[in-house]
Amino acid sequence: MESPARSWRSYPQRYRLEAAKCSGCGKVLFPPRLTCPNCHGREFTQATLPRDGRVVAPTVIHVPPQGFKEHAPYAIAVVELKNGVRVMVQVADMTDPGELAVGDPVHLEFRRIREDGEAGLIFYGHKAIRD
Amino acid sequence: MREVAIIGVGMIDWGELWGKSLREIWAEAALAALDDAGIDRVDLITVGCMSPGLFVGQEHLASLLADEIGMAGVASTRVESACASGSLAFRAGFAEVAAGLSDLVLVTGVEKMTDVDGADATYALGTAADQELEGFHGITFPGLYAMMARVHMAHHGTTSRQLAAVAAKNHANGLLNPHAQYHMRVSIDDVLGSTMVADPLHLLDCSPITDGAAAVVLAPLDKAKDHVGNRTVVKVAGSGLATDTIALANREDLARLRAVELAAERAYVMAGRRPSDIHVAEVHDCFTIAEIMATEALGFFEPGEGGPAAERGLTALGDRLPINPSGGLKSKGHPVGATGVAQIAEITLQLLGKAGQRQVEGARVGLTQNMGGSGGSSTVHILEAV
Repeated sequence: MESPARSWRSYPQRYRLEAAKCSGCGKVLFPPRLTCPNCHGREFTQATLPRDGRVVAPTVIHVPPQGFKEHAPYAIAVVELKNGVRVMVQVADMTDPGELAVGDPVHLEFRRIREDGEAGLIFYGHKAIRD
Repeated sequence: MREVAIIGVGMIDWGELWGKSLREIWAEAALAALDDAGIDRVDLITVGCMSPGLFVGQEHLASLLADEIGMAGVASTRVESACASGSLAFRAGFAEVAAGLSDLVLVTGVEKMTDVDGADATYALGTAADQELEGFHGITFPGLYAMMARVHMAHHGTTSRQLAAVAAKNHANGLLNPHAQYHMRVSIDDVLGSTMVADPLHLLDCSPITDGAAAVVLAPLDKAKDHVGNRTVVKVAGSGLATDTIALANREDLARLRAVELAAERAYVMAGRRPSDIHVAEVHDCFTIAEIMATEALGFFEPGEGGPAAERGLTALGDRLPINPSGGLKSKGHPVGATGVAQIAEITLQLLGKAGQRQVEGARVGLTQNMGGSGGSSTVHILEAV
């Protein structure tokens, strides 16, 4: 269960892929932080993640956690985007999720992630689609 | 800094202990360790436990448990670092004795996991992953290790058969451990034929849900020597603790366990030892791929050689470097907070020559490696018979 406030404050990242670019070393942080883990700088400009990338580490979830039963089996992967930032996302629309391989090109799309029961929140974010 | 010895060990039978509560299993192990040490008072209790709040709805555990064995009043503290909680409780106790803050410390680990159903247990364990970056997208713990396995396979040619060899070996060892949760032989083909959980990890590549507790007693080495006369004592030669990013997406190389490498380096330096000095090790095989990656990170095998080594039997009892003679998390069970302490208990018994049928002959230097979550934290301890 996730409270409305917790969900709401994640909208900039979940809905709009908002990141922060370090003014010191240029590293892009997603989500933004108060200090850059690379150079410890504290000055940032706003950035948006690119949507294109490649699969770094794929798997197929056959035994899903709560809230994801209807999706299983589904592919999920660490994806490296064009600017080097890595994100973990589901890879949707696979006829055979087992086919997803390291190096496959993908792009991110805005999708429904899960629902908190029949009367709870509906969570949205990004999933990858294989190109 | 004072040298520190392990003067008592308490292990109990692990499994799905529906008839016993968290406090009962904890007290059983604690009393066994105190009896083994021949003492009835301590200066400090440390408790390693990952999530009593989610598993049994109980926090404030350190006080509750001190009172449970009639020690209300004694200093007591709980330590948490997901599945590495037990070894962090050990390290906390070690630091107290080494620093001279305490003389006698009861180090304990416990997790009662079967008071909730499988879905709630999975949820509780899942909180060791990054909830915002990983859990939100529907990842599971087997899924995180499956990703590491896929990368390890892509980089090094590691095979599902090599992963399965780890499970077969650890179940064979568990047959020799009366405290183990599972006493069953498992073949490589059994593993490969079991239900797929997260590709490429099958059900029998995964450690189980377990109720269990373990305890050891620490004392200054010079006082321990006075206590036991000429008999062998086990001392803590090295202790290393390190962290890594929790989120896999923030790691540079998913085929390596950086926290294990760093913790090992610190423990080896402190002990003045090298990987080739180790006679026996208990490592964190929460999934078969984790044991392979840990044996590489600890320097026992070159990167990529962990899988072939397991398949060739180099890590079996009686071979080059026995890994997880207790049966490991895989067969002995994995009550997350208890695991790190049980590893210390096993290596202590091995170095004292008291490990029964699973004894590694001539073992004088042993190592334990205990990991939190998907490698976001790790400890390494080196123990020596003196």
